[in-house]
Amino acid sequence: MPGKLKAKIVAGRHLPVMDRASDLTDAFVEVKFGNTTFKTDVFPKSLNPQWNSEWFKFEVDDEDLQDEPLQITVLDHDTYSANDAIGKVYIDIDPLLCTEAASVISGWFPIYDTIHGIRGEINVLVKVELFNDLNRFRQSSCGVKFFCTTSIPRGYRAAMVHGFLEELVVNEDPEYQWIDRIRTPRASNEARQRLISLMSGELQRKIGLKVLEMGGNAVVGYLQCFDLEGESGLVVRAIGTACTLEKLTSGSLASAHTHPNTAPASNACNSPSKDGKESPLAHGCRSTHNSPVHSACSSQRLSQNFSVSVPTLIFTGMGSGGSAGKEAGPLKTLLRQQTQTALEQREFPFFTLTSFPPGFLVHVGGVVSARSVKLLDRIHNPDEPETRDAWWEEIRQEIKSHAKALGCHAVVGYSENTSICEEVCILSASGTAAILNHRYMREGCLDIGSTDQRFEDPSPPSCGFCHIPYDELNMPFPAQLTYCYNCRRQKVPDVLFTTIDLPAEAAVTGKGCLIQARLCRLKKKAQGEVNATVISNLLPFMEYELHTQLMNKLKLRSMNALFGLHIQISVGENMLLGLASATGVYLTALPAPGGIQIAGKTTGDMSNEQHILTIQKRINDTIARNKELYQINPPKLFALDPEVFCGTNMELTEEGVGSPIPEPRHRSRLFRSHSESSDEVSELDLSHGKKDAFVLEIDDTDAVEDIHSLLTDASPPAGFHSCNTETMPGIYNWTTAVQMFTSVRVLRLSNANLSNQSLNKIFTDLCENLLKSFYFKLRSMVPCCLCHLNFNVAVPEEELIQVSVTAVAMTFDKDQTQERPAERFITKGGSETDEQLQFSLELCADSSSTNSQPSSRISGTVSLFTPAAKLCQSQLVVVHSTGVPENTIVSSRAASVDYGSFADRCSTWLELLRLKAHTIRRGSVKTSRRTQSLAHSVSSLEHCSPLTEGRSRSVRSSRSFGGSPVTMVKMTPLSFLPGTRNIKYLGIINMFFIRETTSLREEGGVSGFLHSFIAEVFAMVRAHVAALGGNAVVSYSMKDCVLMENPNKNQAQCLINVSGDAVIYVRETDQEPTASMTNMGQSLCAADGAT
Amino acid sequence: MAVELDVFVGNTTIMDEEVYQLWLDGYTVNDAVKARMDAGVLEECEADADVLLSDTMDQYRTFQMCERLLQSPAKLANQLLFQITPHRQVMLIERYYAFDDTFVREVLGKKLSKGTKKDLDDISAKTGVTLKSCRRQFDNFKRVFKVVEELKGPLVENIRQHFLLSDKLARDYAAIVFFANNRFETGKKKLQYLTFQDFALCAGQLINNWTVGAVDNMVEDMDVDLDKEFLQELKELKILIADKDLLDQHKSLVCTALRGKTKAFAEMEANFKNLSRGLVNIATKLTNTKDVRDFFIDLVEKFIEPCRSDRWTAADIKLYLTHYTNSAHILDPFKHQAVWDRYMGVIKSCIFIMYHD
Repeated sequence: MPGKLKAKIVAGRHLPVMDRASDLTDAFVEVKFGNTTFKTDVFPKSLNPQWNSEWFKFEVDDEDLQDEPLQITVLDHDTYSANDAIGKVYIDIDPLLCTEAASVISGWFPIYDTIHGIRGEINVLVKVELFNDLNRFRQSSCGVKFFCTTSIPRGYRAAMVHGFLEELVVNEDPEYQWIDRIRTPRASNEARQRLISLMSGELQRKIGLKVLEMGGNAVVGYLQCFDLEGESGLVVRAIGTACTLEKLTSGSLASAHTHPNTAPASNACNSPSKDGKESPLAHGCRSTHNSPVHSACSSQRLSQNFSVSVPTLIFTGMGSGGSAGKEAGPLKTLLRQQTQTALEQREFPFFTLTSFPPGFLVHVGGVVSARSVKLLDRIHNPDEPETRDAWWEEIRQEIKSHAKALGCHAVVGYSENTSICEEVCILSASGTAAILNHRYMREGCLDIGSTDQRFEDPSPPSCGFCHIPYDELNMPFPAQLTYCYNCRRQKVPDVLFTTIDLPAEAAVTGKGCLIQARLCRLKKKAQGEVNATVISNLLPFMEYELHTQLMNKLKLRSMNALFGLHIQISVGENMLLGLASATGVYLTALPAPGGIQIAGKTTGDMSNEQHILTIQKRINDTIARNKELYQINPPKLFALDPEVFCGTNMELTEEGVGSPIPEPRHRSRLFRSHSESSDEVSELDLSHGKKDAFVLEIDDTDAVEDIHSLLTDASPPAGFHSCNTETMPGIYNWTTAVQMFTSVRVLRLSNANLSNQSLNKIFTDLCENLLKSFYFKLRSMVPCCLCHLNFNVAVPEEELIQVSVTAVAMTFDKDQTQERPAERFITKGGSETDEQLQFSLELCADSSSTNSQPSSRISGTVSLFTPAAKLCQSQLVVVHSTGVPENTIVSSRAASVDYGSFADRCSTWLELLRLKAHTIRRGSVKTSRRTQSLAHSVSSLEHCSPLTEGRSRSVRSSRSFGGSPVTMVKMTPLSFLPGTRNIKYLGIINMFFIRETTSLREEGGVSGFLHSFIAEVFAMVRAHVAALGGNAVVSYSMKDCVLMENPNKNQAQCLINVSGDAVIYVRETDQEPTASMTNMGQSLCAADGAT
Repeated sequence: MAVELDVFVGNTTIMDEEVYQLWLDGYTVNDAVKARMDAGVLEECEADADVLLSDTMDQYRTFQMCERLLQSPAKLANQLLFQITPHRQVMLIERYYAFDDTFVREVLGKKLSKGTKKDLDDISAKTGVTLKSCRRQFDNFKRVFKVVEELKGPLVENIRQHFLLSDKLARDYAAIVFFANNRFETGKKKLQYLTFQDFALCAGQLINNWTVGAVDNMVEDMDVDLDKEFLQELKELKILIADKDLLDQHKSLVCTALRGKTKAFAEMEANFKNLSRGLVNIATKLTNTKDVRDFFIDLVEKFIEPCRSDRWTAADIKLYLTHYTNSAHILDPFKHQAVWDRYMGVIKSCIFIMYHD
């Protein structure tokens, strides 16, 4: 009996009129937990009853405490007939089971009825007294903290990251039980809501047990989903990342909101290249479709193995900081082994996190994904959900092997989802292959900093993650590698796709933007296995086309990396929908993307050529415009000083040791560049020509359509930015105004005989129009950024396309000077700051003497074949030097050197050196350090952000917290609210609601119905948060919004599942002014040095 | 291909004040879209008509859902469904309860009943206010009327607290309630020149001086019903015109005071008896409900019209009424000074308000 739950019903208000005669209500309340029920007295004739009940006490197991919700039912007493239910409140008491979270739940809750919606409010008080239970075999996992946030929650530090958690529970769906034919819709809905509440409680408890087994105390990145499999049942599944979290003391809290300073930044050891060699697999970022059609009787497997290579980037985190040198070799290996074993002990080295403490992420390989088409059948034994487990196991294995092929031992930013249509189910999993720092995986790593200090890698964190983790010789997929433009020591790919957030320390040029690829594919209606086969045949083509679209759009925006990539493929009866969303950025470390070249198939046809020229011009114009729009002016920092330059080259070449001489073709190209580079006139062109332009061949109408659709994407109107990641690179002065919203649009396709093309157009327009609507609605918030734009597509019925979006609009300061906030640097560990300071002092001296800026980037020119390109090789033509002239406006801060020609020259020298020198000594450590310090100083130079202004703005907006009787609760899909600190996490919010109506017209049609339902869901989330004592929900997401309608019968039903973390936030008080001053001084110093 | 469903819900409810006004004014969605386009919303940001339509529909839906709360504004502050900042709430309520002077002028003093509601189409046609807006305004009047009817305490204060209105708006509503309760006739042709604000000011005078609340502030309907005792006492004023000596004495006192002070002296002297009879007769008949209703028309017919035809200036009126009131105090046999002051104070103010040069 380890727990006592106490509940008190205080009062009600705004109750509905239940007695028409008196226009009043005789209300009483039933309080139920498990099988125990208490009742309050009837409070007669009032719409605002004051029950002020005694404390109802439930003595229960903590297992039940975790599984069961407290169920409060408000009823209208009727002497002669049955009492009428007014509505219910389910209260999840999980937050009370954790000592650090809330201690009491107290507040007004909306009384919810699945037919009528919110009907008044009830004031409830709930407390839990937990007794210590030392039973080792306990079934409960009280005290394990859950976070939806996919990063280490602010205010905590990760002492250890244990790894992947997964669990699923299945049950029969009450909606499909025989009894449903005789019970009321209300009873059926309530049975479903209750069941799901129970199931998620159970799931959470089971996950918690796994965490305890692993020795952790928290789940981060907890993601719970429902699969409504119809006849075959109801699956609730969850994944997460087990961690051991430690609360930061208040002293360190100020800095902790950005990073827990525990991060050991040692990416010294994990060069995966050796491993890569051992691995014979050469696949890139692969997505595989494995579709064994499952059928219980025949167990026939139709399997189809597709490998669609996705352009992926990887970086090698070669500890080029020479301090470790050769002698570090064995140690590296040792550490590597430790890491590997630590990871390999786990079945799945997966992490649901999308952003990490500094140093955690060593290299990123690229996106790995797997899909599988299954046929659903009834789950016979809910206690043994083996089939579903096996399905997921299969997919995870696939993901794991993809990651291995990329030379990576882990998958980060991992997520799973399903799309179900009738009996067909597509299971998808995706993540980003990565190499992680072993330190977080090992036991006893709590005393950070003592042991591994010597492997501390001075290579800039701003680019380290981009370096390829796989071996150049055995590239998993064809990619064009160049030396990192940031540190010049490691190879980087030409494009990088990831599912994670942009690492905070990454060096980015300009701003980012939302990039979407949209695709519709018609399919024939079919049943069973035939249907599954059709779908699995279509999948790879869809995936391929989505990637091509993404690639094209990325290039059109002159960007070279995607973050937060999320590809959703939804299945309907007669079509498949694919939507890929990501945030494009220009990573300073990666080469500038080539342009897009249009090629006609037939030459000689004048009109055709004219047409092609026009399109080419449009594309070139768009690229130029986008460059300006997103402020993509890669810093052209080059050392004029030949000495510096030489040193650089030496170092680079040294890195090149052991790396293969590029294929002959590469060489020839390089030589050609060399010869051209002497021609000053052609320099501008060369900058573009140095890379293969992406060529689109117009050979049929399809291609024309594709190009048109490429160009139809409107860029956001002035003052707006958009992204689907946590924050927007290039925007730092956020103000505190946030507006979270959910928008749903459903389109009915009236014309049954649509072609793929017109369908694509319709779908694209639907998404574009939604974005346009957002911009219009939020125009008063300008300048503002829509962050975490999360699109969800579904085909609820034949001829219906549903898109639901949740996002947050955040305003930022107008006088945005693209500057980074000082805090970024302040918050790093003290020692690191010192280091930086030292560097930049060094830099000042250096630059004053040389009067030049050493280059932080050198491009190697390697011919590029993206994996995507490989598949359509026939369409690819290698073109150089005819591209659009590169924007050569050189930032006034940088030494004005023409970058294009320079890059070419560098690469050529490099090439020559490579050809000659087979063994060259390591470059001096100093050079590399300086490079890094430069990178730092450049970015620090950019952040003289006027703190005062930020403050005055926040003061202005603070009055929104006026004397309203209802606590304002902010909601955001992000893990933080700008300008604030989360001082306490109160627990997870995970709610599931059903709403049904039989008077659709009266409720304003299906729009009116859904509008009020979404508003009600928001209201209930806010009320629960407020009752926990919180004032915000972070990491909020609407995971499901399933709408079924039947306008002819005047009926509709909708299911919504939302989750998030309840927090208490406070306005950020002043930053340590001294630190920012130091930083300012630093940047000034750097600026002086640069000019 | 048709948009089957289109919703946008913000955590903080997004409401555009312009659209709100269009909604209040009873524009249909399509008319509102057109009005917004004409106002140039599209130019200020890159959007097209579809976006505008979608936005307008969303907002209309939001307003419709809010309407229930706006009808009992106190609920708006502690409801949970919509998260609206307090200053926004104030704006929403204030605008919801705002009304068109032209409309209210039509229903002022009428019974707020179903019957009147049926006439709203005519009123809408006459005033150019859309029927929808007329209905909202009419229902607002009725709702306020119903709520304050059962409350004790000062009328304006009750309205202000119950409907969270500004002081000005609460006073206007008090006037409307007061007029509706006493069914004052305001629709006659002779009264057409008076604006709602004229009547509202008069109502303020009546409420402050002639109701039960003017003497006792804790009874039901205290500010809505006229003080019956006072109305009875008014009968005593009859002596001023019934007693011939008294009337002459009164006249000579007033004339002495006025002589040489105004150009209209001759007319004043000539009309004194008529005017005095008019005013006193109004006073003595106020015990009849029917005559209460005709209070304003009587004032116009018995006093304002004769003065206007003699081209009195507002200053003349003021001068005359001041001396007329004060002289009665010197009349020896006249014992009802208190009642006289209470009566004439209001009459004086009302006539000042109603006398347009």
